[in-house]
Amino acid sequence: MPDPAAPPLSPAEPAIDPAAPPLAEPAIDPTIDPAIGPAGPVSDPAVPGSLRGIGVSPGLAGGPVLRVAEVPALPEPTPVTEPAVEADRAVAALAEVVAELTRRADRATERTLVDVLRAQAMMADDPVLRDTVRDQVGAGLDAPHAVDAAFAGHRTAFEAAGGYLAERVADLDDLRNRTVAVCLGRPMPGVPSPGHRYVLTARDLAPADTVDLDPEQVAALVTEEGGPTSHTAILARALGLPAVVACPAVRELSEGTVVLVDGGTGVVRVGVDPAEVTAAETADRARLAEAVEVTGPGRTADGRPVALLGNIGSARDLAAVAGAEGIGLFRTELLFLDRSREPGLAEQAEAYRRVFAELPGRRVVIRTLDAGADKPLSFLNQPDEPNPALGVRGLRLARQRPELLRTQLAAIAEAARRTGAEVSVMAPMVATRAEAAEFAAAVYAAGLPRAGVMIEVPAAALRAGQLLEEVDFLSIGTNDLSQYTFAADRQSGVLADLLDPWQPALLRLIAEVGAAGRAAGKPVGVCGEAAADPLLAPVLVGLGVTSLSMSGRALPRVRAALAQRSYPDCERLARLALYADDPVRAREAVA
Amino acid sequence: MATRTVTIGSASGLHARPAALFVAAAAAAPVPVTIRTGDKRPVPAHSMLSVLSLGARRGTEVVIEAEGQGAEVALDTLADLLARDLDAEEPADA
Repeated sequence: MPDPAAPPLSPAEPAIDPAAPPLAEPAIDPTIDPAIGPAGPVSDPAVPGSLRGIGVSPGLAGGPVLRVAEVPALPEPTPVTEPAVEADRAVAALAEVVAELTRRADRATERTLVDVLRAQAMMADDPVLRDTVRDQVGAGLDAPHAVDAAFAGHRTAFEAAGGYLAERVADLDDLRNRTVAVCLGRPMPGVPSPGHRYVLTARDLAPADTVDLDPEQVAALVTEEGGPTSHTAILARALGLPAVVACPAVRELSEGTVVLVDGGTGVVRVGVDPAEVTAAETADRARLAEAVEVTGPGRTADGRPVALLGNIGSARDLAAVAGAEGIGLFRTELLFLDRSREPGLAEQAEAYRRVFAELPGRRVVIRTLDAGADKPLSFLNQPDEPNPALGVRGLRLARQRPELLRTQLAAIAEAARRTGAEVSVMAPMVATRAEAAEFAAAVYAAGLPRAGVMIEVPAAALRAGQLLEEVDFLSIGTNDLSQYTFAADRQSGVLADLLDPWQPALLRLIAEVGAAGRAAGKPVGVCGEAAADPLLAPVLVGLGVTSLSMSGRALPRVRAALAQRSYPDCERLARLALYADDPVRAREAVA
Repeated sequence: MATRTVTIGSASGLHARPAALFVAAAAAAPVPVTIRTGDKRPVPAHSMLSVLSLGARRGTEVVIEAEGQGAEVALDTLADLLARDLDAEEPADA
């Protein structure tokens, strides 16, 4: 990659000097830094009525709190005295669900969503279903239990049919839950649609919830669980909604309480005056508008370039990252999903060419297949592993299927030859220098000029200097690096605090990698979710990172955040974060 | 009893939008219509859940049956709907 060679090591170098004794004291005491000062009221957890979670999507927004209604539990069955009335009650509940789904379909604009909602409405409006419900009431069940029993029958049929229908079981369950809720006089489960702006709260958001999340009404998201890589976080960033996750205290708020959500610092202020919310939102919009005004390549206030790149999965994602200087992570898994056979060289080359062709003269970092037992591909026929995240995944697949990698590299080389993009290739899940050397040799043998490896395994971070003797660049995948550093599953909501990218131990590993990059004069990128955090971006740069790759939405704020900080400033902030006691204090020290 | 044997033409099979269009048309027919695959039990064609449960994919042969006034015309319309690739057609109101 054409990053300029990094300057010599600065005295502010935060990494460990192998010759020096273990680091004990921070180089700067954060408490005496006048530029930091005491935290303001917004970020002060001591201020009453302020909750704290992990900010995962920056921005300020507020409004009354509304919860995602949860699926009501079935109460004990009650004896039915008037079966005809009870049956009518159950059928009326079905009709109400049909009406609600139809209303949503009428409001929806996206065709796929409209089709899904209409198909779901037709399932609830099924005459056979109504007959079954009536039969069940006739057999002595009350309305909610009759509804439950009727759906259970169809559910079994769907599951037995397999394939497409098995995937529709979730739709059936959704209908069942809605109808049961209506029977019990409860709100239908799912995302509320009150017709005004509000702050959506939930235990965590499921992919299904997000289908009917209306960004016009939802001002911000706050969830009790979830982490920086949870579905909620990814959705919020994609929609550009401020979001705070891992905030269990939000459960205690009563509906309608007005809150102000800071998706950057993770602070949720409770009981805020609506006028104050409006003022804060207006000021935030102005800041974002200013940020958008900052254009051009990423650089610090004193002009040091920091390449701002985009993450994509196919040519379709290119439009969303149009503001980026290039592509820092081109994931190639999409092409391999749902395939009974490996896609051939020609098909792969064409898919890669479609991306490269859109980026003449710009850099593209393409990542070789990142699959394994945790992201299974049917044609690989991998046996189940007891610990898939620790198993044969990423580059490790090449141990068993070397031809997969060879074909992919040949296809990338062919696509690169036919276009003018500056193509670099990197491998996921590298742990040792030997793996890096073998991968680099395969990349060069395929006729590609630049090879790199991802830093996702602590072993690789600790030996970044040695890896850089074999490859041309490193790219830190903060999501997996967190998971492996803290031995905390990325999917676990309960462990979300461990996966916070502000964890000083994670920052220490990033510092190791950054220092190795500086010493070797080779680029070090970050392509995990951490790269999209405008507060963290200057810290990463101060740790030695030379490029940040993120989703398109995150670019303006990150670009603006860097433009406000000089490089020495970034180094100072990096030290503050690195020597903080925990993620909360790290954020406070930098904010 | 009027009968038509049709091969499903929609790319996604008799699911999602094609199923919705078929069920709506069957519900609008003047006579009750049934649909089945192979020798299985016929199910009411105006029942979305029953039609989906057939699991009919593109290329699956289905038999639709009806009796009474207007049955022939209704089955012609429905058979035409089943044979077409509805996934390839834009909805009229889009």
